Amino acid sequence: MEKLLVKDKDIVVPGQELARSIEYVPTGGCFRDNDSIISSKLGLVSINGRVINIIPLTGKYIPKEGDIVIGKIIDIGFNGWYLDIGCPYDASLMIKDATEFIDKGADLSQFYDFNELVIAKVVKITRFSNINISTKGPGLRKIKGGKIIDITPSKVPRLIGKQGSMINLLKENTNCRITVGQNGMVWIQGDNSDDELLATEAILKIENESHLDGLTDKIKEFLERKRK
Amino acid sequence: MRINGRKNDQMREMEAKVGIIKRADGSAYFRIGDTIAIAAVYGPRELHPKFLQDPEKGILRCNYDMMSFSVPERKRPGPSRRSVEISLVTEKSLLPVLDLRQFPNAVVDIFIQIIQANSGTRCAGITAASMALAHAGIPMCDLVSAVSVGRINNEIVIDLDKDEEDTENATDIPLAFTGRDKEINLLQLDGDVSREELLKAIELAKKGCEEINEIQKKALIDHIKEKDNIKVKEAKEKSEEE
Repeated sequence: MEKLLVKDKDIVVPGQELARSIEYVPTGGCFRDNDSIISSKLGLVSINGRVINIIPLTGKYIPKEGDIVIGKIIDIGFNGWYLDIGCPYDASLMIKDATEFIDKGADLSQFYDFNELVIAKVVKITRFSNINISTKGPGLRKIKGGKIIDITPSKVPRLIGKQGSMINLLKENTNCRITVGQNGMVWIQGDNSDDELLATEAILKIENESHLDGLTDKIKEFLERKRK
Repeated sequence: MRINGRKNDQMREMEAKVGIIKRADGSAYFRIGDTIAIAAVYGPRELHPKFLQDPEKGILRCNYDMMSFSVPERKRPGPSRRSVEISLVTEKSLLPVLDLRQFPNAVVDIFIQIIQANSGTRCAGITAASMALAHAGIPMCDLVSAVSVGRINNEIVIDLDKDEEDTENATDIPLAFTGRDKEINLLQLDGDVSREELLKAIELAKKGCEEINEIQKKALIDHIKEKDNIKVKEAKEKSEEE
């Protein structure tokens, strides 16, 4: 007997029964208990044919391969650097994944020193606790100048907007270069501090009001008002 | 009729909120009558000192404490014999529902503070902590709800308050249940009770926990709906594009 107990895109809580049938297959965020499929996270159900998946809506940043993140150097080892990227474990940046050619036995702190910030890409996650990142690629480098702000990782999609609409609006109206890391770190660099301040204000406004409708128009109005 | 005018199976008025502490990874507030508990969850994060780490799974650390102003007479701040015991039983009652296998060498920290106490603080703490864990996005197979039952004047009653607890020959039994299978996660017994009375008390607590479970679920869903309805929309759009 096929029985689905929730609708697609419903909000579910841990322990909630999603389906009572062996027809369905649990993937992320849920598990099977005899005939039932039970949610194990607070999130949104997505049902794709017979496959049930939960999109988590709260919690820490969980890295995915291919994500662009901003990390802080917290340790330097023999063969690379260790970065804090806001997830449960430190990410490691190996010498071979760094941009420059580095001689054997060179002092690694002259390339990336403690507390410096780096834009990097998550290349491989072997175990969840072993995250490899790389600075090879366009736009991946050490951050010089500008301003860093932290936002909640789950609000990053809102800051970027649909097909980058929100972030492009910010870039055009503030004359700032803005890089958004998937881990919630945002780098703002403008020609003068007024521009940077305006961008910061706008981003914090987006974070605080991310639950409101028509935010893009609101931010547009906010920016126009401030620029006068 | 009880001294506070409630029926034997009537609990005090309850209220639950999620996401009350901004800097925590997960947080919750639970009020039952005059007892208020707040819980904050930090982690999973790497555990230091290293010798405490478990390379097979993450570990859970609980910290229960009462604020000095939570009781009529000032409580000396800091851990005590009582708070250490309650921290331990809270940890033991929450651990069975958590799946920490995907976080080796990591720790999940729970801090429970009782900001106002009128009996049933450990139960309120467990209920709040369970919501905070769900809010922190830690994989868990069920929510845990807890309530205290007891015997006063040879009658089994639910959710005792301080006045009832202080009556002569009163027995207090804090109980915690999982939401779905109604399995017992915590049972403590203070005083003496017969087998029949205990079975009756468990049945009564089970019913009470069902009610609490509904409140917990509602609080979690409301939090997502209110604060993050745009996020829901984004996720919907994202999944539609896919």
